[in-house]
Amino acid sequence: MELVIALSIGILFGSGIWLLLRPRTFQVIMGLMLMSYAVNLFIFVMGRLRVDSPPLTLGSGPPDPAAFADPLPQALVLTALVIGFATTALFLVVMIGSRGLTGTDHVDGEEPPR
Amino acid sequence: MSMDWTQHLIVLPVLLPLLCAALLIPVDERRHRLKFSINMASVAALLAIAIALIIRADGADGPQVYLVANWAAPFGITLLVDRLSAMMLLLTGILAGAALIYAAQRWSRIGVHFHSLFQFLLMGINGAFLTHDLFNLFVFFEVMLAASYGLVLHGYNAGRIRAGLEFIAVNLAASLVFLIGLALIYGASGTLNLSDLAQRVAHLGEIDLVLLKAGMAALAIAFLVKGAMWPLGFWLPTTYAAASPPVAAMLVLTTKMGVYAVLRVWTLVFSEAAGEASGFGYELLLYGGMVTIAFGAAGMLATDTAGRMAGYAAIISSGTLLAAIGYGNAQLVTAALYYLVASTIAVGTFMLLIELIERIRSPGAAVLALTVEAFAIEETPEEPIGVGIPAALAFLGLAFTGCALIITGLPPLAGFIGKFSLIHSLLGSGEAESIAGVAWVLIALLVFSGFAAIIALLRFGVRTFWAMGRVMPPRLQLTEAAPVGALLLIALVLTVSAGPAFEYLGRASEELHQTGRYVEAVLSAPTVPSPAYGREAM
Repeated sequence: MELVIALSIGILFGSGIWLLLRPRTFQVIMGLMLMSYAVNLFIFVMGRLRVDSPPLTLGSGPPDPAAFADPLPQALVLTALVIGFATTALFLVVMIGSRGLTGTDHVDGEEPPR
Repeated sequence: MSMDWTQHLIVLPVLLPLLCAALLIPVDERRHRLKFSINMASVAALLAIAIALIIRADGADGPQVYLVANWAAPFGITLLVDRLSAMMLLLTGILAGAALIYAAQRWSRIGVHFHSLFQFLLMGINGAFLTHDLFNLFVFFEVMLAASYGLVLHGYNAGRIRAGLEFIAVNLAASLVFLIGLALIYGASGTLNLSDLAQRVAHLGEIDLVLLKAGMAALAIAFLVKGAMWPLGFWLPTTYAAASPPVAAMLVLTTKMGVYAVLRVWTLVFSEAAGEASGFGYELLLYGGMVTIAFGAAGMLATDTAGRMAGYAAIISSGTLLAAIGYGNAQLVTAALYYLVASTIAVGTFMLLIELIERIRSPGAAVLALTVEAFAIEETPEEPIGVGIPAALAFLGLAFTGCALIITGLPPLAGFIGKFSLIHSLLGSGEAESIAGVAWVLIALLVFSGFAAIIALLRFGVRTFWAMGRVMPPRLQLTEAAPVGALLLIALVLTVSAGPAFEYLGRASEELHQTGRYVEAVLSAPTVPSPAYGREAM
């Protein structure tokens, strides 16, 4: 399981970086989104990979820490998700504005000379 | 134990701008005066709070801790005020006040929601100065950045969009790196509270320590993108030149925010008490800072637009600070803090001044012509009404000279004192024969960068004030000239009272290097007993 997770994070992040360096704004935003998926997965995994252990339960008797997953990274992921979502939306608006004002979707605001 | 109400002052620099920003959103855009008044009242209150916090931090024994939502550290979020963060709050307040008054007549009216965004920016900056928790630092960084994205785009034109696109893409990527760093640090140490981390770092196992260092390095990349260390600061001159003047002045502050974050985290986590990890990364800061100074100086010589010149001046100042931090000497940090205050005020003033000076070159409302295409305002803003000031040209010349003197570090103003004390501390840090070679290189770079700044600013000044032939004195509004004058006056006060300032900053730097006191203050901070149960405080 570790290998699968590690590989998928790596592939997501790598593709994200590649797209981020592309010249079209749409590719840039896709790249940023892929990178943020990878990062969110990464934060989640930092709470250690565990199967069948909920972050919180309401059982009777004294809780046993060994039975629970670490809830903190999950909370961090939630926060990071929300913030990432908002900033991506903002970037999208700027992108559209740039397209409208400059008439091109190139990141430099002008088509490169051919 | 009941809590002293003044304790709550610590959380106000975050809460007040948040509330004011929310209050400002529904107010109609045409009610400029009302919006400005609310914003100004908040900034004035923040200034007063900052002064109260300075007095509190300076009078108290050790850092002041505020447990948000009454969770004991390290489980909840902790806010912390020490002499350094109180001073940064005051600096923020001063610059914000000046930028806001400057923006009152014209710049705040060329787009929507300027005042709300301004308050959110203040909330982010203040929060980042106060917080003692790494994830919370990330959140405040994002608040600050989100507001600055909006403000950079304020007065929407093609140039700003292009610069904004670059600025946002770079900072979004940097935020992701910040998150990777956070995750690694948490995975390795199990905590995100700075004091808790400082305490644990000495006891980490070998593998965990490697992970922690990798995480801190990722964190440093995120900080240094904001702090504009070469090669991470390439976005800065373009963005500064494109943003409207009051926004650019505030951006100068966000650059210092990156430097502050490095100083705060590194002095605490990698202090001498950190055992094996002690001193991690300092060398890189030192050399990176020195390259940054050289880069900034070269950029300053190469450019002839004032906006970019100011951006490179900010880069030089960042580089100087980073190198001074990386040198790892408490006395040098004192000098660096003084230099930080002086250079922030000078570059901020220069940002405001540039647009006024540009009016000599192109009289009339050329600036407004650029922003008419703004998409969200109903009418073009009317020609500002207000009191014009006489002798505009003389004022501009004097103000420019003042800024240039501080930026270049020539006597008699504060910039000279800052640079002189930096060099003095570098020379005085050891026996005469044992001054390290790197100190000499740093001194040479400091002098060289000052020299480059003199050439660049002199060229600009001569071209603008002397070689223009017959110039029409530009029309200056009182609200535009007054903040520039006030900032320069503050710089002058800083120069005259350099003695007390240095004493305060010396105490701040000394406090910063006593890691144990932070750990003790944070981890033993008492929670308020619950009134429902009347239990004893933990």
